Amino acid sequence: MNRVAITGMGVVSALGNDVETFRRALLEGRDGLQPPEGLEDVPKGISVVGQVRGFDAEARLGKDRLPLLDPFAQFGLAAADEAIAMAGLDLRADPEAGQRTACIIGTGGAGISTLQDGFTRLFKEGKSRVNPFTVPRAMGNAACSHVTMAHGITGPSFAVTSACASANHAIGLGFHMVRGGMVDRAVVGGTDALVNFGNLKAWEALRVVARDTCRPFSKDRTGMVVGEGAGVFVMERWDDAVARGVPILAEMIGFGMSADAGDITFPSVEGASRAVRACLDDAGLAPTDVDHINAHGTATAANDATEAQVIRAVFGDHTDRIAVTSTKSAHGHGLGAAGGLELVACIVALQAGVVPATLHVSEVDPDCPLDVVTNAPRRTAVTVALSNSFAFGGLNAVLAVRKAG
Amino acid sequence: MSDLEQKIYDIVVDKTEIPRERLSREASIKDLEISSLDFVEIVFAVEEEFDIEVPYNANTMDADFETLGDVIDAVAAEVAKQG
Repeated sequence: MNRVAITGMGVVSALGNDVETFRRALLEGRDGLQPPEGLEDVPKGISVVGQVRGFDAEARLGKDRLPLLDPFAQFGLAAADEAIAMAGLDLRADPEAGQRTACIIGTGGAGISTLQDGFTRLFKEGKSRVNPFTVPRAMGNAACSHVTMAHGITGPSFAVTSACASANHAIGLGFHMVRGGMVDRAVVGGTDALVNFGNLKAWEALRVVARDTCRPFSKDRTGMVVGEGAGVFVMERWDDAVARGVPILAEMIGFGMSADAGDITFPSVEGASRAVRACLDDAGLAPTDVDHINAHGTATAANDATEAQVIRAVFGDHTDRIAVTSTKSAHGHGLGAAGGLELVACIVALQAGVVPATLHVSEVDPDCPLDVVTNAPRRTAVTVALSNSFAFGGLNAVLAVRKAG
Repeated sequence: MSDLEQKIYDIVVDKTEIPRERLSREASIKDLEISSLDFVEIVFAVEEEFDIEVPYNANTMDADFETLGDVIDAVAAEVAKQG
């Protein structure tokens, strides 16, 4: 089995539209949640969102491409461009390498804003035609396909969808493909563009959105905050990365998944615990090896208390020595992008020796007995970090990374 | 019993199949074992029926609505606001 190095990452998010801005924001404890901007109308039940702002699509992607790109594909492609450039790869120039590269990009909402624009024209404005590219813009594999086209990736490529766990499933699958030798490298991650009126109405209707802001593990939490963005990575065989002499950001070491086969929205301690244990087994880790967990931490009443039980169940007494955080408090719940944004946050933690803060915590809920890094980043050595994603529909995916070197 | 109360009980029976005789102003939502998803559906149906918006958040459900009477009062208050 190949050791797997992460040699590139890219991010688009409410905390910034490149890795360096995102990193600084996390290390400074900046809050990216604000009232929605640029919408004609905002649902009453939505106070703040983790909206991508100041994203210059034309400058990043070129004007010619934009008619075919829903925002979810724009975010995914921009993050992939950054990750591939960081890894110093030019697959277009090396068709054989392109064939030995996989591309897996997860998404939850796919082209939901393109569909909404079409329906608005038909049913609200009374027009008879929709955007001619509605189908190729909205399809769930659009982001993945555009990444392959832009970069000459001609190996195994597809999109995955598992709501809030989409990115972790995509990243984990790519990791296993490189580790097992099916491909030499993989471009993997998740993307979603969710701050639009129709989607915000859908979340409002489910009655799980925070009244004020995202307060994971806090006693006074009132729900999740919708976010968006993309987090994309380049993974390759460790020996290739060393031979190429590129900086290794982190080592990808574990991936575990499970299904609750329980409730469509309520999480299960048993199901999620199996995913965490499967990840530890996959990585060859003992529970005591884990220093930090970037939690699913949505700040719903149900998730956070369940997740605390999951962590207690798997890690026992060692739980008290694990610095737990939910960066969703700063960038919102990116759904299909969440695992991507949060793996970038984990890698920042490994590199900087700083665990990003869980913002907006007034008092840690006694029902969430964890060492939550509250309100300000914490300086502490981090060698091994986990990133949890427990999706609606009971589909769980957990990743493990280790500090490079 | 007011029409409003009756209509709300009809909606609860329709969404949950709980026998009508178990429903009263004093009935506890927890004791009736109404799941949070059923409750979301109930609130939606009530809002559609009365053309109102009920300030309900699943995360704070226990604190906001303990009994069916609490729901009925909240709906009555919103209906009164509509004038």
